[in-house]
Amino acid sequence: MTPKQKPQMERRSFLRIAALAGGGVMFSLGTQRQAAAQGRGAPPPAPDAHNYIKVAGDGTVTIVAKNPELGQGVKTMLPMLIAEELDVPWKSVKIEQADFDDARFSGQSAGGSTATPSNWTPMRQVGAAGRQLFITAAAQTWNVPASECATSAGRVVHQSSNRSLGYGELASKVAALPEPDLAGIKLKDPSEYKIVGHTQPGVDVKAIVTGKAAFAIDTELPGMQYAVFEKCGVFGGTVASHNLDEIKKLPGVKTAFVVERPVITDAVLPGDPGLENGIAIVAETWWHAQSARNKLQVKWNEGPHATQNSAAFAQRADELSKQPPQRTIRNDGDAEGALKSAATVVEAAYSYPFIAHAPLEPQGATAHWKDGGMEIWTNSQIPGAGRRMVAQTLGIPEKDVHVHLVRGGGGFGRRLNNDYMVEAAYIAKQAGVPVKLLWAREDDMAHDYYRPGGFQYLKAGVDQSGKLVAWRNHFISYGEGERFVASGAMGPTEFPQRFVPNYALHSSVQPLGIRTGALRAPSSNAFAFVIQSFIDELAHAAKKDPIQFRMELLKAGDAPQQQAPPQGGRGGFAPPGMDAQRMMGVLQLVAEKSNWGKRSLPKGTGMGVAFHFSHRGYFAEVAQVSVDAASKIKIHKVWVAGDIGSQIINPGAAENLAQGGIIDGLSELMGQEITLEKGRVVQTNFHQHTMVRLAQAPPEIEVHFLKTTFPPTGLGEPALPPILPAVGNAVFAATGKRVRALPFSKSGFSWA
Amino acid sequence: MAYKLNVNGQSASVDAPSDMPLLWVLRDVLKLHGTKYGCGIGQCGACTVLLNGKAVRSCLTPISAVGAQSVTTIEGLSPDGNHPLQQAWEEVDVPQCGYCQAGQIMSAAALLAKNPKPADSDIDAAMNGNLCRCGTYLRIRHAVHRAAELGAGHKTSAPANQK
Repeated sequence: MTPKQKPQMERRSFLRIAALAGGGVMFSLGTQRQAAAQGRGAPPPAPDAHNYIKVAGDGTVTIVAKNPELGQGVKTMLPMLIAEELDVPWKSVKIEQADFDDARFSGQSAGGSTATPSNWTPMRQVGAAGRQLFITAAAQTWNVPASECATSAGRVVHQSSNRSLGYGELASKVAALPEPDLAGIKLKDPSEYKIVGHTQPGVDVKAIVTGKAAFAIDTELPGMQYAVFEKCGVFGGTVASHNLDEIKKLPGVKTAFVVERPVITDAVLPGDPGLENGIAIVAETWWHAQSARNKLQVKWNEGPHATQNSAAFAQRADELSKQPPQRTIRNDGDAEGALKSAATVVEAAYSYPFIAHAPLEPQGATAHWKDGGMEIWTNSQIPGAGRRMVAQTLGIPEKDVHVHLVRGGGGFGRRLNNDYMVEAAYIAKQAGVPVKLLWAREDDMAHDYYRPGGFQYLKAGVDQSGKLVAWRNHFISYGEGERFVASGAMGPTEFPQRFVPNYALHSSVQPLGIRTGALRAPSSNAFAFVIQSFIDELAHAAKKDPIQFRMELLKAGDAPQQQAPPQGGRGGFAPPGMDAQRMMGVLQLVAEKSNWGKRSLPKGTGMGVAFHFSHRGYFAEVAQVSVDAASKIKIHKVWVAGDIGSQIINPGAAENLAQGGIIDGLSELMGQEITLEKGRVVQTNFHQHTMVRLAQAPPEIEVHFLKTTFPPTGLGEPALPPILPAVGNAVFAATGKRVRALPFSKSGFSWA
Repeated sequence: MAYKLNVNGQSASVDAPSDMPLLWVLRDVLKLHGTKYGCGIGQCGACTVLLNGKAVRSCLTPISAVGAQSVTTIEGLSPDGNHPLQQAWEEVDVPQCGYCQAGQIMSAAALLAKNPKPADSDIDAAMNGNLCRCGTYLRIRHAVHRAAELGAGHKTSAPANQK
């Protein structure tokens, strides 16, 4: 292939076209790719069709999926956008997973529900530019104006002369064409869509159901050995003594060694410290390595975090709640004054625990050190950061680390940290053979980047008309001084800021010696429960219907939005501010669909509602639940109304993802809590950190999307947060019991 | 220890420690990667395979306990990937990440082999040991029903090598 680069008039754009062997073609749209590849601060590389679309001489179209796939459906969704505009039959398209390559692709990560908003336009442009090139080539071949040509199913058609040419037949001609003007490329009207907006099954479904889909854990290399890595249960612990001389003699063990790393002493731990102290065992199978590990006798220097425990955290939070807050994050109006004069004042203390991500595929990666470079197969959600960390840890240039993206068995934010990728690389380099590192589930539970727990002490007042007039929150989290631990912050625009005239948000922190991080819908997954449960308390105190109360609240803040995103608190995923109109839209829709207020419910059954804005998505949800005398909860039905913009790209997958978000939220609601004793995580496996099972899942989760005129946004996260308070509010409606602490199992509840 | 196994209708000679779970024999020795590791303690069902047609957790089944029983993994469920369950899973587009789905399908295969028309409650009971971290349960239930429908006209709804 012979790539040509042709600078465009537009400063940031250029295009490459390259011939493929056998009369095929690849083409590209680009903007400042090289600039971006040269260093930080440069704009990210733009879509590059050179790497996205390959049309072979025989007409076979291959579309490259650039982003990591961990179940969110992006390997299907992004190519759908390209194929739609390229105008090729979806069923005939081959999809190819890209390796990580920041010189060729931009945004190769999975997090923050960002794939849709950041790729919606560029991916369609890639396809449309390709289509334009085929039209140009055909028009030249026939010597007719391009405007007389159309496309259909991978062919250019000249209707008046009844001629047509397949893309494959035109590919070699396209390879010699100048690039089309990007600004002039017309995108389809959505009414013309044949692929987008129509359900397309996941591209790997057949491979999955036949056991052929390769996940990271399935990577297989010639001569590969298997590794486990034992770390101290207390974060930051180092090896004091060991019995590796005996371990090395055990059956199947190839090598075993101590990994010594600098001890991290920061009061607020970095999000991803990468390689930690520990002991690596490499063996001929994973079972041999794990069996040898069970015979390890390690004494650890546990360090300063060995005394922390969950009971002390709760006690300290209670103390802090009775003291003046350490900081004020936001102070609108006069909350204290308004609370004094409010007709009704409600006060409540809410809490939520640390929880683990626990994707079903445990952490692991395969690495091969060869000729001074490192080749890695990983399911990372943010492989660029992983590559950088591997390079730094091994002391080699980033260009010498090649990262293959392999399907991940779930992510949920866990794989935004690349500790296991660095471990695999380090161990493989030491071992001198290809190594597959795999964590046991117990490693995963003990060494996660936990969703931080927290405590919120709320006080709010309504006036005589039932209007919310004051809101005060003393938010108690983890950190030091003005710094919060990762995902442990609350921003100054947290709801209901700007919807209530007197709003005060204060915070206090206590130190923490475990790592925290982003879990699906970070901070929202906890905050929505607190805020929407407390709003429900206020609605009842105001003697108003919970939806009516919320509608009135939303109307109070229905002012034009500032464009600036809120400060901090979302781990870099700060969405723009909430549009009250859009939230009212989904609240109205869920009220209609659930027949809110019009159902006659038997005793012990109740309906609850909640809404939340996160990751650019608007979701309102209603749950209908019954609670029996033994506090067993049955969720009969859930109604979901979401507004994620003008287009649901893959409707079937969207429904699946939204339903999954609901079920994920229910797991968090009932059964998940990570606790610490003597600095160590108590829970070891799924029997202690439980997930919803089939029989416990709601039999029906009805998902409705409200299509609006806004550009499409993501769905991985925003459907989850409202379900926790919706169920909590329904439990209150059914029983009169207000549950203010997660998980509900702590309050005696269980699934029916 | 040397063992002779019958996996997916083929005989396989394996040298492994007697306590090595069938899961790791399949994955690391026989390189059959369709069967997954999720918890190692029988809580998640990702490692489900059929032993003489019965669903078992291969992570808790030592190789020494397998003997001459036929082992069926997702790779051996059908010769062409067209078992009614596989068809139904595709049609319903069940998976998100897909990691649990081989185990789900194997549990469903054992269910349908003895109960070709299961009710929701039968499905709940048979499949409750299989976790889906992505929460595809509604589609799993739907797909089992769909497979039951497809199975009626299918020549085999049981594993090919079942005794």
